Order: sequence, then structure tokens, then C-alpha cells
Amino acid sequence: MKPAPFDYLRPASLSEALAALASGGDEARILAGGQSLMPMLNMRLVQPRLLIDLSLLDELRSLEARDGWLTVGAAVTQAELMARPTLAEEVPLLAAALPWIGHFQTRNRGTVCGSIAHADPSAELPLCLVALGGEVMLRSARKRRSLPAAAFFLGPLTTAKEADEIIEAVRFPLRKAETGHAFREVAMRHGDFAITACAAIADRNGLRLAVGGVADRPIARDWPLLAGAELDEALNAFAWDLGGDDDQHATARYRRSLVRRIGRTAIEEALACRP
Amino acid sequence: MTALKSAATTPQAESAAGPLVGRPIPRLEDTAILTGAARYADDLPVKPGTLHAAILRSPHAHAEVLGIDVGAALTMPGVAAIVTGEEAKRFASPFLVGVKAPMEHWCLAIDRVRYVGEPVAVVLAENRYLAEDALDRIEVRYRPLPPVTSIEQALDPASELLHPAVGSNIANTRNFLYGDPDSQFETAPHRLSLTVHYPRNSCTPMECFVVQAEYDPAEGGYEVLSNFSGPFAVHPVMARALNVSGAKLRLKSPPHSGGSFGNKQAVFPYIVLMGLCARVSGRPVKWVEDRLEHLMAATSATGRRMDLEAAVDADGKVLALRMQQTEDCGAYVRAPEPASLYRNHGNLTGAYDIRHLAVVNRIALTNKTPSGLNRGFGGGQLYFGLERLMHHIAVTLNLDPLDVIRRNLVPASAMPYATASGGQLDSGDYPATVEEAIERGGLAELKARRDKARAEGRLYGIGYAAIVEPSISNMGYITTVLTAEERRKAGPKNGAQAAATVAVDPTGGVSVSVASVPQGQGHRTVLAQVIADVFGLRLEDIRVVTDFDTAKDAWSIAAGNYSSRFAGAVAGTAHIAAMRLRDRLARLAAGQLNVRPEDVRFENGKVFAASNPENTLSFSRLAAAGHWAPGTLPEGQEAALRETAFWTPDPLKAPTDADHINSSACYGFIFDFCGVEVDRVTGQVRIDHYVTMHDAGRLLNPLMVEGQVMGGFAQAVGVALYEEYAYGEDGGFLSGSFADYLVPTSMEVPVPVILHRESPSPVTPLGAKGAGEGNNMSTPVCIANAVADALGIDTVTLPLTPSKIAALIDGEEPPRPVVAGAPPAPEPVKTAGGRGLSGEGSRTVPATPEEVWAILLDPKELAALLPGCEALDLVGPNSYRAEVVVGIGPVRGRYTAEVALSDLDPPNSLTLAGSGSSALGTGRGTGHVTLERTAEGTTVRYRYTAEVGGKVAAVGGRMLDSASRLLIGQFFDKLIARAGGPAAPAEKPSLLKRLLRLLGLAR
Amino acid sequence: MQALTAETRHPVTIILNGQRRSGYAHPRMLLSDFLRHELGAHGTRVGCEHGVCGACTIRIDGVAQRACLTLAVQADNRRVDTVEGLAKEGRMTALQEAFNRHHALQCGFCTAGILMSLSDYLERVPKPSEAELRDMLSGHLCRCTGYAGIVRAVMDVTGQLRETPHV
Repeated sequence: MKPAPFDYLRPASLSEALAALASGGDEARILAGGQSLMPMLNMRLVQPRLLIDLSLLDELRSLEARDGWLTVGAAVTQAELMARPTLAEEVPLLAAALPWIGHFQTRNRGTVCGSIAHADPSAELPLCLVALGGEVMLRSARKRRSLPAAAFFLGPLTTAKEADEIIEAVRFPLRKAETGHAFREVAMRHGDFAITACAAIADRNGLRLAVGGVADRPIARDWPLLAGAELDEALNAFAWDLGGDDDQHATARYRRSLVRRIGRTAIEEALACRP
Repeated sequence: MTALKSAATTPQAESAAGPLVGRPIPRLEDTAILTGAARYADDLPVKPGTLHAAILRSPHAHAEVLGIDVGAALTMPGVAAIVTGEEAKRFASPFLVGVKAPMEHWCLAIDRVRYVGEPVAVVLAENRYLAEDALDRIEVRYRPLPPVTSIEQALDPASELLHPAVGSNIANTRNFLYGDPDSQFETAPHRLSLTVHYPRNSCTPMECFVVQAEYDPAEGGYEVLSNFSGPFAVHPVMARALNVSGAKLRLKSPPHSGGSFGNKQAVFPYIVLMGLCARVSGRPVKWVEDRLEHLMAATSATGRRMDLEAAVDADGKVLALRMQQTEDCGAYVRAPEPASLYRNHGNLTGAYDIRHLAVVNRIALTNKTPSGLNRGFGGGQLYFGLERLMHHIAVTLNLDPLDVIRRNLVPASAMPYATASGGQLDSGDYPATVEEAIERGGLAELKARRDKARAEGRLYGIGYAAIVEPSISNMGYITTVLTAEERRKAGPKNGAQAAATVAVDPTGGVSVSVASVPQGQGHRTVLAQVIADVFGLRLEDIRVVTDFDTAKDAWSIAAGNYSSRFAGAVAGTAHIAAMRLRDRLARLAAGQLNVRPEDVRFENGKVFAASNPENTLSFSRLAAAGHWAPGTLPEGQEAALRETAFWTPDPLKAPTDADHINSSACYGFIFDFCGVEVDRVTGQVRIDHYVTMHDAGRLLNPLMVEGQVMGGFAQAVGVALYEEYAYGEDGGFLSGSFADYLVPTSMEVPVPVILHRESPSPVTPLGAKGAGEGNNMSTPVCIANAVADALGIDTVTLPLTPSKIAALIDGEEPPRPVVAGAPPAPEPVKTAGGRGLSGEGSRTVPATPEEVWAILLDPKELAALLPGCEALDLVGPNSYRAEVVVGIGPVRGRYTAEVALSDLDPPNSLTLAGSGSSALGTGRGTGHVTLERTAEGTTVRYRYTAEVGGKVAAVGGRMLDSASRLLIGQFFDKLIARAGGPAAPAEKPSLLKRLLRLLGLAR
Repeated sequence: MQALTAETRHPVTIILNGQRRSGYAHPRMLLSDFLRHELGAHGTRVGCEHGVCGACTIRIDGVAQRACLTLAVQADNRRVDTVEGLAKEGRMTALQEAFNRHHALQCGFCTAGILMSLSDYLERVPKPSEAELRDMLSGHLCRCTGYAGIVRAVMDVTGQLRETPHV
């Protein structure tokens, strides 16, 4: 269980990285924390010809709250984000979700942007990004662009990122006044990928529930302030629209039932914790 | 999770003086491990020129091997040789099989593969990285055969035969009759029956298999270093497979092992395989199994179906039992199987006094990894049936499950108790042990918790299990699978020979070696305790040598680390050897001290006369005498240098003609109870309180016993709630990584309350019984009974995942809401539980059916539609050979695929079928396409089924469905683009070469 | 820019437990293999090579992480600490001694990784609650102990053990 051979580049700057990626194209992969990519390399599920290592690029280490956004650079680890003292005020949903991601040891190395780029349908960070209406800041040698999260995730491990683009940063909107947030997840074991994960946001006017682990990507839905049977009906419709598949650990039906149940719990919690 | 307070109540050491045995002494092994100095198999040096092996494994559950082309792989850098079934046929033989059946199991597939992961070829290269590079270049042509993936399928006479020469997928059936169950069934007030299934799983040691093999052409012999753990009954099997005598297969073990739990027994086929590779290549060979290989293909506990029927009187006493056990041994009955099925034959009635018993044992062959030793060996399977049955009897007759257990337990007055099937339960007071556990473990409090929880509407249940834990296997029990006549022909087999050697060196140091191959339990410490006590020495004076060498150490076929034989048999045998040596030393000392030998005492490093403690010799002085001055020994006295003892337990005889067999030398007793709560919302099980009471005879080191109980308990929690070697209906293996095979972590394992009684075994030299496997037998069913109690259900399937439990407690699913005006979206068509993928959908294409038809039948167009198609060649009418690069995101495989169009009904419908394989595995799919004329053009409807096998299915189960939908979606997106106009997809030329040239890296 | 070709073995130097150690590695060589087979530092064990089991956990520049998910070339010129560096002058650390006292290891294959995780974690969280500790430990698989002895050992060494150990 050893990786297939590849060339290895450690660029000294982002522009060097972009130039390399522009010529490397589809056969190059970006290595940041490696917590998703390295297992796939070791299993030879992914066999790039070229690895471009961004993990030590200082210009990608920015982590700042400004102009209504918390912007997280490509080299920022999940542990670094989690350790930010102001995170719970800035983006409370992230503060609630981060402890669910992998383990202490993998968060030490795994990056926030790497998880977004990997686009696992059950992963917590893509779910949070979609729930919050965050953005993915893409950059290539040709151009810079940003995509709303909902347009970025296309399917399992599949995103709108072009082969010559890297995720330079992702940004999460800072908490708006009078919103409440909640995160709920059911996984087989602690730290496993979610069977179903729900992120709820509530404010004075309405509800949003985003769900991971059921459809082939995280998906959010907005409602007015529903309650009681109306909320149940809305959740049921959403659960069916998400679909879901059977795997050896859980059935599609179970996943839908969790959407109805922990989705509801998450919404109630979000409503209750509105300031 | 609520962590429970540990109530480990093993006795404290009374004082520093007195015997070491019985005290909870921390381990001598630990310093080397804690500082990183310990040497495991993969840490030992290799000789210069050693080749590293990588194994090509079957992606198919069942297929004929039509041909293997190693040409391209042989030209890869660093590759020295490639070994296939051809070489196996030249230099090796099939493994001996433990049942009388014409079944050939070779170390490499010959003409057929029978499970996913079966070795097909071995690449030998300068390092493992290069060896794996070449694996991807070996081309194997297979013809898939229908797989047999369940016991029920194996029982079906119409199922595809795994071994045509055997003539059935049931390799062996035996009927046993003890007492007169039929008349009991006729007259009993109640007849109750239950069918249960026990899943495949494994204890997955953290260290995988390691083999270093050499062949000496001058000697014609093999020398192999490996982490094989025994039983050495398999040594003759290996020697025969390599076509040499036992003496020419020298096996060595390293000083440390990264755990076995029985699993490292299954190293043995690889010892033969790597021996073969060393012979073929003429160089030393090293192979280190990786985790993917281990999970997929190393070994597994057997799956078992048990059909039980009990004749029961009104108060729950079981008068007779009928049990039909059907064992899933996988693709081959690999030595020492069918031991899983027979290991408990003497204790089939568990801890219960049941005199009448009818048994049918059947061995089923399935297209799954061959089964083998796994902690609890056969006990988890047996007791899952037996203890579920006791619970079922209680529920059905409206009795307290505990009362049913009480009414059936073997009474203390009946000890030693001869079981119906020939076992001899040697000692213990089971009823008193149960009562003590209830008292000390707080059952009354637990019942109050249950009542309170239920009053609050929560789902809370209590479960029980009472079992006997067999230890020190009778080497003859496996022959119970043969008829009495077959046994007479084969010659008697019995006993459980243990061997130990104790030696004194000229400085008075004592060394001990045993034929045991410890796997991390702490044998060095316990042996040092035992031996230090014998000679009156300190622990640090004893050197326990844990590496093992069949050419130099004393051993017999029962040697090895299995069947909980250490404390009872091995430590006891070491004690015997030490006592003999001490007796000889005492005779020498008697001469020097002028006393009788029986008056000589050994204490505190001194040797002295009991009558006159002032009259002393130092132990080292006495020890030195035999080395330095053998000429001064008294006439007729042998020097006391070294003593080897062999010991076999007295009660272990061969099976009788009536098939009575005492399958183990001694039997511990365990009584467990627990409270669990099931979350109504999520279906998750929380173990609230767990009590496990053991009578394992005399405890040699209570700290180590506690470690064994904790560890077994944690594995059993995994079996109950998380772990399964899962297979799809196509035989594909689905638990290929540690993210798919779910070993419990510190968050999932609570701390049980551990209680002990000590009824010394009259059978073993030190009165100890095995203690390490019990919870693997008792805990899964105890938890299952508690969940059954919480939910009020009868059918409990392990592992009890939240998804399964939710299906039991949830009512009807709320229906999909009907949206006005929109047709209901089709429900995905699913094949239950498998990795057989299927679905359907439709798209509207802006073209006429004729135009769409023309696109589908044009090879050029078809090539453009197929995702990742790089070449498509016509090889027959409407059949093609395609080179496709398929995958999702960065995961891509290059497949050579056969594509065919059939059922052509122009321009209305056709069937598109494809199959292919790559280094990532195999893929096969069929799509039925219909074209329907509409106002907008054509509605294309499709239904597909697909199967994905090999590595991708093993590690990517979570995403297979959505990935295949994505690929099929791509096909139709392109079809729409094609039909709507000549919009050619923008293929980006690969610029890697240019980049590399730019950077000066191009070759 | 550092550009390393696939076919070539490149020099890699790390500060291993305070000592400069050099060897050669192809770009694809895993740090776990480099430590064990190139430098002969066998104390770091390999249990799964896909980042789940935690046996190979080491510290790079002080941070606990998986050696099997790191390329040797990525560790070039960095500080790498492994289990061999814990004991100083032949004396085990208090944590190592507590592991022995509480029977926190059996086969010991997972132990080095757990010790390295703990050595980072306890610097950040000197007195973890049992729940916090178990959360952190869930990044390691142990098949022998059921984790109970490990938890007890850490609770002991952080001065939080309430129950009496055996010894």
C-alpha cells in the first residue's frame, strides 16, 4: 500500500504554484494537509504525475475576520481554526461543527480548504459552507473568481474547480445579529464521516437547514418560520428530495429518518439559541 | 458516553514478601515497548539482496482464471521475478484439508479464484514501492462465475459449485445424538425454536502479517521468520505444502508481536507462499501485509447459522435440545478448520445441565475469505444461539430470564460434570457465582434504573449471559468431524502437549523458554513470577526468552498461542520443568549441606536446609557447580543445567466411537449482565452498565487477567455494535479499510465492572484456567439480549447498527409528499444490502428517435458518449473493446472494457452492456434504453444495474451509488449535447510534459 | 521552488529527537517508511497506512500527526519527535511509567502513537477531563486494552485519579 510515483514541487510562492498547475493540468494535484489526499495516494486510488505542496506557503496562512467574512487561507489547518478564540462569536456554526471533524491528530494537519476541495458528501466543512452561504475563492494563473458554496459542490468528490485552479481561501459569513445556529450529527463512531449531519440556522424571518451525508453533496433548504406539523411536512419533503443511498452501515431510509428527526432537533436548537 | 467506575476487585497483594504468583505485578515487557526499543517482525534486519513481495489479488469473488500475462510487469524497474500458480504447481502442493473432501487449496490460485483477495500472483522487486508498481501491470483474464455469498445459497443444491470435485457447497455434514431428545420433545410441555445468524468479523490485530523466507538449495530446506502464532499443528501442513519434511521447514518468531487474537494463525499460507517465492527467485524474500490486504483476505471468524429447538418444561427447564449449526468457512476449509465448529463440541450445552442433545453440523463453502482462529473461537457463535434461546424461552413462557438461567445451571454438587456430548466441566459453583455477581454487580439497582427509564418512556433493557469458557484445546476435537470409522483409519488424535525449558547459567541466572509465541499478553512477566517463586529468586533474575525457533526449541504440534492455553498449560509446564530442575539442584545442595534433598529450601537467592537456615549456599554458587565442576558431582548425579518438560492434560482423550469428546482441558465460568438504552431518535445503543463475573480458576497475575477481560470486552462491543466483514450480493468485499471496518474507539468502549471468584482447576498444574477469550463469547449475546429486552423483539442481528435498530422501532416511513402537477420521481430500485447498484431515469433529447438511434449505433459517437473513453474498437457485430478512464473527482481507473449493444429494436430500444477491470477493481453494468417520440424530441428512458468490485468497492462503499449516477448522468448529458448539435466536448490536451520540460524534469 | 523528480532519491535531513539525521527518499516515500527503514528508527509503528489507526503518530515541529500521511520530503529540515525520544538518560517519563503501572498496553503496537499524541495534547490541555481525553484518544485504535488502562494512566499522571490502582 504505497503511492505510485510522482514528481514533487514545493513552490516558494503562490504564483509559482499557479504556473505549475497551469501546465500540470489534470495530472497535477494540490497537496495541503494531505488528510484526504494521502490515503487515496497510498491506496493508489489517485495517481497524479505531479504533487504541488502548498502546506508551507505563508501567503496562504491568513485567517481573518473582515468586511462581514471570516476568510480562511488554503494552508490554515482545522486545528488552527478551532483554536481561534473568537470563533464561537464570529461563526458559531463552525465552532459547533469542528469538533466532529476527524480526530485531534488529523485536524492538526488537515486544512479547511482541503476538506472543501475534497468534497466528500458526508464531510462537515462543506456542509457548513453550504449552510452559511459561504464562498470558495478560486485562483488560477489566468484569473480569480469566487463561487457560492452551493454552486461549487457538484457531486461526490466533484466540484466546479477547474484543473488549473486552486482554492486560495474559503470565506464564511460572520454571524448576523439575531441568528441562532445548531449542528447535529449521527455517525457510526465518534469522528467517522456522518451518516447524516444537519446544520440549522434560524433568524427572525426564517429557517435554513443544510444536510450532509444523504444526497451526493451538502444541500440547504430555506423555509419561513415553520413549526409543528408544518415543519414535519417540510422536513419530510426535504428528506425525500435528498434521496440517499444504502451502504453497508446505513440504509437510505435511515438517512431520511435522521433528516426528519435530528433536522428537527437542530432547528429547534437554532431557534432556541437566537440571542 | 457515561464512563462507568471500574470495580476491578482483584485481590491486592498482601505484602511484598510471599509468592509472586497471584500478585498484580506490572509487566516486565513494558519498558522495551514504551521506549520504542521492542523489536517486532517488521523491525528485524533483512539480508542484503532481499526481495520485497507484493501480492496481486483477485477482484472477483468467483471466477475462472483464463490466463495471466506478466510480460509487461517483468520489464518494470526493479522487478526480479513474478510468481504465479504455474510455479506453485512445480514446487509446492495443495494444503491438507481437515475434512474428507477432494478440495484443492493452493498458496496461489491455479485455475480458479474463489474469494475477493485470493492471491493470484506475487511480484518480487527491490522494494515494496516498485513491487506494487508492477502489480498494476500484470494482466489477468477472468471468466466470472456466479458467486455463493450466503449460507442459505450454499445450502441450495442449485448454487454454483466452488469445488466441482466436492460435488456440493456443503463440504461436510455430521449428525450427533446424545441421550434421547426425541422422547423428550414428544412429552415436553413446550417446544420452542429460534434461528440466529452470527456475522463474519475479526479481531484485527494492529500489526499485520510479516514473513521473511529463505530457501537453501544445498539443504533443500526453508528457513522462515514470521509472526505466525501457532498452532504448530499447522507446521506439518506447511511442510507438506512445500514438499519437505518438517525438519526442513525451520520457523522462527520475533521477540515481540503486535497482537494476534488467533488471527496470526492465518500467516501460514503466506509462509508457504513466500517460501515458494524464495525458491523461485533464489533470493531471500520479505512480505509485509498491508491493512487493506489484511481486512480483505487474511482471515475471519466463521459466520454461523444456528437453528435451535428446545423441549422445555413449564418453569423453563430445558429437557432436550436440537441444534443445527451451519458454518460459513469461506472458500476453502483451511487448517485448522473446521475447528471453529468443533472447538466447543464438549460444551455445546454451555453452563447448563441438559442431558439430551441432537446436533447437525454442516460446513458451508462460500465465496468469502477462508475462516480461521479468532479470539473466542466458535464460542461467540455458539453462545449467540444458546443464550438468545434462553432469553427467548423466558420471554415466550413469561418467565424472568435470570430464573431460566438459574433453573438450568449445572449444580455445584454435580462437579466435575460430564456433559451430554462428552465434555468434563472440571470445577466451579455456577449458581453461587451467579448469585454473587447479582449481589456485587448491583442487579437490583440496575432493574430500578430500567423501571425508571421505562416509566419515562425510554427504551431500556437488561440482558444476561451465562457461559463456560473452554481452554486448552484437545488436539483430537477436530477429528470429531470424521466418523468413528474414518478416525480409526486416520489414527487417534488427542492431548494438548505443552513444552517448556528452564536452564540455569553459571552466574545463577535462570532462563525460560516456552513453546508458546506470546502475542502481547504478558507471558514474560507471568513466567518470571512462576519461576522466581520456584527458585526463591527475584523477578529480575529470570530471563524469559519469547522468540521461538522450531529447530532449537522444544515443541510439539499443540505449541503456539491459542485456545487460552498459556496460564493453564504453558505456565504450568514451565512450573513442572522448574520443579524438576530444582529437585536436581536440591540433590546437589543436599550433598553439600549434608541434609536430605527434601529438606532443601530455596528462598531469597539462598539455598538452605529447612532445619538449619544458617546452613546456606547462594543460589548462584549452586548453579555454577554444574557448569564449572561437573567432575565433582556425586556418583550417578546429573548436572542441573537445563530441564525440558512436556505436559499434556490427563482428561484429553480422542473422541469415543459414540462421538463423545472432552474438547478442552478445563472450563471457566462467566456470568454477565448489562443494561442498555436505545435512543428512540437515532437508534443508537448506549451501554449503560456492564458487569462481568469470571471464575477462571487461580489467577496468576490479576492485573493481566483484568487486561484480558477489558480487551476481550472491547472487541465484543465491536462485534455487538459495529464490526462486520460485509460482502455484497456479488461477493464483493465492502469493509476494506479501517474507515469501513469499524473498530470501537475510546469513545465507544465503556469500562465494565469486573468480578472474580477463584475455583482452582484440578486439571492444570497451577490451578489456572484460560481467561482471555470469555468476553468475546459472552458479551455480544449479553448486549443482544439487552437490546432485545429494550425493544421487545425476538430477531436480533449483529452488529446492532443504529440503522438496523431504527428499522425495528420506526413505524411506516412518512410517504413522499405528492407535488401537484409533477409526476412522482421514480424510487431508486435497490438490491437489498449489496453493492449491486441500480437505478433508472429519463431525459428528453432535442432530436428524433431515429437521430438518437443513429448516434448510439455509431462507434465514433458511442466513443464520445462513454465517460473517459480513449479508444473504441469494433471486435464483432455491435461489440467493442474500449479503453476508458473512469472515475469521480481525482479517483480514476484505466479500464479495458468489453462493450456490447444487444436487443436492438430500432429506433425504440436497446441494451447496452459493459464490463471491465483495472488496478482499482472490476466494473460491470447493463443499461436498458428506450426511446420515445415526444413533442420536444425524444424521451430517453434508462434502467441500469451495475456491479463494482475490488478495491473501489472495498473502500468506497459510501459513494458508489452516487458516483455511478454521476457517470450515467454524464453519458446522457453528452447524448443530449450530441443530439442537439455538433457541440464537441472541449478536451484539454495534457500539458504535463510541457510543464516537466519547463521545470527540467522531463524524461 | 523545490522540484523533486519521481525517479530520483533526494537527500532528506530531519532533526530526529534532537539529532540531525539524514537519508535519501524518493518523493513518494512515506515518512513512516523513511523513519523505520531509512533511518532505522523502528519505534514508530505502521498499522494501517491510511490515517485511521494512529499507530504511526509522531510530532512534526511539535504537532502530533500521522507519519503515514506525510511524505518524507515534507519533513525535510523539520523537527521530528518519536517515541524513542521520550525517555531521557534512561529514565522513562512519568507518563510512560504510568502506562506500565496501569497496564495501559499489551502488544504495544499502538502505544508509541498514543504516547506521541499525548505528549502534544497534554502540553496544550494539562488536565483534561475523562471525556476530553477519550475524545482525543479516539484518534487511535487499540485492540488489546479496551482503553481503560490508558485512560487511568493519564488520569493518574495528571493528578486526577480517584480510584486506587492495583499496585
